[in-house]
Amino acid sequence: MSTHETKGSGLKWVGRAIRRLEDPALVTGQGRFTADLPATHWVRFVRSPVAAGTIKSVSFPDGARVITAADLTGVKKITPMLHKFSYRPVGQSILADGQVRYVGEPVAIAVASSEEDAEDLADLVEADIDETPPLVDARAALADGAPQIHAEAPGNVILEGKVQTPGFDSVWDRAAKIVAIEARSHRQNATPMEARAGHASYDPSTGRITLTCTTQMPHLMRTAIADLLGMRESDLRVIAPDVGGGFGQKMSLCAEYVALVWLARKLKSSVAWTEDRRENLIASFHSRDQYISLEGAFDQDSKLLALRADVVSNVGAYSCFPTTSGVEPLMAMAEMPGPYDVQQYQCLARGVLTNTCTMAAYRGVSRPVITFTLERLMDKAATAFGIDPIDIRRRNLIGTFPYTSAMGLVYDEATYKETLEMAVAAIDVPAFRARQQAARARGQYLGIGFATFSERTGYGSPAFAARGMAITPGWETVHLTVDPSGFVEARIGSSPHGQGLRTTLAQIIADEIGVAPDIIKVIHGDTDTAPYGWGTFASRSLVISGGATLLAARKVRAKLLKIASHMLEAAPEDIVLENGSAKVAGTDRTVTIAAMAREAYTQTHRFKGEIEPGLTESGTYDPPGTFSNACHVAIVAVDIETGFVRIERFLVAEDAGRIINPMIADGQVHGGVAQGIGNALLEEIVYDESGGILTANLADYMPPTAHEMPPIELHHLETPSTQSITKAKGLGEGGSIGAPAAVVNAINDALAPFNVQIDEIPATPQRIRAALRDATNSARSRESGNLGATL
Amino acid sequence: MKPAAFIRHVPKTLDEALKVLSDVAPDDGRVLAGGQSLVPIMAFRLAKPAHLVDINEVEGLQHIACDGKTLSIGARVRHAAFHKPVVDGPLGALLSYVARHIAHYPIRMRGTFCGSLAHADPSSEWCLVSATLGATMVVKSTRGERRIAAADFFEGIMSTALAEDELLAEVRLPLLAADTKFGFYEFSRRAGDFAMASSLVTYRLAGGKIADARVGVGGAEPSPRRIAEAEAALNGNAPGEDHFRAAAAAAADAVEPLEDHQTTGEYRRDLVRAVVHRALEHSI
Repeated sequence: MSTHETKGSGLKWVGRAIRRLEDPALVTGQGRFTADLPATHWVRFVRSPVAAGTIKSVSFPDGARVITAADLTGVKKITPMLHKFSYRPVGQSILADGQVRYVGEPVAIAVASSEEDAEDLADLVEADIDETPPLVDARAALADGAPQIHAEAPGNVILEGKVQTPGFDSVWDRAAKIVAIEARSHRQNATPMEARAGHASYDPSTGRITLTCTTQMPHLMRTAIADLLGMRESDLRVIAPDVGGGFGQKMSLCAEYVALVWLARKLKSSVAWTEDRRENLIASFHSRDQYISLEGAFDQDSKLLALRADVVSNVGAYSCFPTTSGVEPLMAMAEMPGPYDVQQYQCLARGVLTNTCTMAAYRGVSRPVITFTLERLMDKAATAFGIDPIDIRRRNLIGTFPYTSAMGLVYDEATYKETLEMAVAAIDVPAFRARQQAARARGQYLGIGFATFSERTGYGSPAFAARGMAITPGWETVHLTVDPSGFVEARIGSSPHGQGLRTTLAQIIADEIGVAPDIIKVIHGDTDTAPYGWGTFASRSLVISGGATLLAARKVRAKLLKIASHMLEAAPEDIVLENGSAKVAGTDRTVTIAAMAREAYTQTHRFKGEIEPGLTESGTYDPPGTFSNACHVAIVAVDIETGFVRIERFLVAEDAGRIINPMIADGQVHGGVAQGIGNALLEEIVYDESGGILTANLADYMPPTAHEMPPIELHHLETPSTQSITKAKGLGEGGSIGAPAAVVNAINDALAPFNVQIDEIPATPQRIRAALRDATNSARSRESGNLGATL
Repeated sequence: MKPAAFIRHVPKTLDEALKVLSDVAPDDGRVLAGGQSLVPIMAFRLAKPAHLVDINEVEGLQHIACDGKTLSIGARVRHAAFHKPVVDGPLGALLSYVARHIAHYPIRMRGTFCGSLAHADPSSEWCLVSATLGATMVVKSTRGERRIAAADFFEGIMSTALAEDELLAEVRLPLLAADTKFGFYEFSRRAGDFAMASSLVTYRLAGGKIADARVGVGGAEPSPRRIAEAEAALNGNAPGEDHFRAAAAAAADAVEPLEDHQTTGEYRRDLVRAVVHRALEHSI
């Protein structure tokens, strides 16, 4: 279910739920993925079975082709860099060189002529490793005397962000009430349906290598791999074909792809690797492993005055490229105040190295965790003040714009209060409270949870530069061409992999130049055919690539009007572009775009030098960023005997600015909420004390299935963004950001009669039962204590 | 292919199958029926059998037969065969109800009843049924045939009394009296996952009092079994909340719960209490 309140764009294609142009191929099995490519050589990575230690030797059968670190002479280490926050650069060898630092770290490469043989060969490779005690937990890694994981990072702290607003101390001291929470978010894996895969081939005629891989940012892969291997970038082509989901896991450089390019050059042949699910769960990137201590200082009217946060982010064994290990802790620091008007803020955010798989971005990055923490804090504060959770939000949500946060972020116009009220109205809260009371009388425990949040999207290079990143992404370029047959192609630097950008960009172009979207092809994901760009991540592509598309389309439109003016012998301002033609307004004089395009290429002598030949224009866009927002509401039933949580109802009231395609927007929210529910209730990577992973298959690591998903009710508001020329805001991550907080607030509301606090995600049935058992036991011991006193 | 190399044998007759199994058993030969447990384990290379004796083409193992006292289930009978009752009366209804809880539809189309028993996962629904109802296993090898009672068959987590050269050719379940009541409940975190605890109960009523109570618990201990303490709490008492609660509590006390990285023994007992109680509620 979905409702839309469109303020009326006056546009023909933007705002319509047209079917996705990319789907016919995907739903008929005609998609083309990396693992579909044939190869001469197949590899299997031999991975460390231990979390920490020194490699004494790697042995394998005589004559077998096995590559170890010793073979990779001259290959640089992956060494991401930040120029701020006391960042300590640490390097990762493509294959472990001397030290291993996590279970799953590549130690050797078994190369064979088939995938099966490579798998068999890998079984025969023995790494003899002297084990040392591992550090799995971030707090343990911070303890005095903890082993050093990298000599370059004393105390295992890879970076430390600190901030305090000037008025913080005085406001803190005069607060009426301090409310505190110790939140814990356990570790997750993004679990794209397609795990990682790479295929590198050698072209004997040019000596070039083509790396096809399942990545979100092909151009940056080219730059990074060429740097590491000392290649010319022009000798490397990177292709992202159809990509089966990424969610951030596929935006970081992985050592495996570097190794494939190195091997293809060495063997002068093609070489392929397809990751299996177990490998993906153990050795692809992880996320969300954080401890956050958060305190809120309130005045007597429950107005939030100040926040104090201590963020400890477990970043794993190495730093991810290009974002670095700062991606989680620094986002937590920058965006902790969320949607609330709070001007005083103190934060310490540390990235802590451990002997675990490297952390990288995952949909929402830190925001599912900080939103969970802040929204739990607001519910606790409501309880402390004896007011309704809705009311405390009403009192504290930002309502005037532009708003400058305590961290200096400028929030553009949004609807924090309006989406809350929209959700409250849709739910009928009084009716729910009555039903909740009646259910409790029957021993059934229902709860309602709210989460309000801001979602910073579509940010350009200044936002990344503020982090001090050595690699500063941000802008996007689009080359838009009307070809001589009158068909349209847009070559984009973004790299969509499920977001429907081929459709939404076509809708933007269609409106600008007066054609139907289905004659527009969006070309992406190939460094030989697409302009340099940053790929698709951080809810950026529709805003930034969409903006660049609009700029390019405006130029093409201007040129078409010039050509039409020439061909129709009319003033450009009298010409309209619609239905695939230019028309002199108020007359029947028209010329088709196909005819104009043919003219632009083949009859340029007629332009007499007044119009440049061809029909290609470029647009580049680098916006400041724009804030989407939403209110999520969950209604849950908690089975107090088993700890099982059933989500009865889930509602999202969302504002992502102008919606280009409502069906695609809804799909983004649905998928995000599914991952958020997994985050809230089910998904957890568990390490044992020795650093081994206990959840290396999809029976033990539990993404929600269709059965666990409630129907999702969507309500949209559309506040056109002033910070985005298409007026659209990003919305790729919001679903995953709000859901954990809403679900866990609902669980706590359901369990209010038991005086239980669940501040840990996932809120598993085991944890819920343990909390209930503890609460019952402590109630019993209080009773027996009283009894003891009377006796 | 993910598994290590193996040789697949495809016998057409039972004699041939037993002969091949007898030949390859010492060399790490395993029987392949539906493959829904064995094949994933092989894909992880946790099992690397050198030989698979694929019984999917062996004649004479597809039968579901009833002689008026006993239901016989051949080694090739798939879970999905039980979606609809295979026999009139409570046993057919019970098997049909339980079958729907086994994993997911595609797995039920392929996995077999006997294969589940031979694999002996503590959470298996069919193992719970067999232990609770007192199944008899008909086991064959080139050395002959023997029959093993369910109580003697399950020896631990994925461990049974089957010798390596023996095939579980058939399972026999006693029919339930027409007035038998039953209830089943299992708990898992997601639909279709392995049950973290499950319970099957059956009983009859004599003069309004429970008689012949059977309370089986699965998923909580290395093997499913009947819990005598819970049965004692029921026999001779009228069905109802108090006695159901007492039986559930007795079962929770009686089990020696399995523990793992996320599940404490205490939590497993909580689940046993809940599943026994709910199975009993379902029986009414």
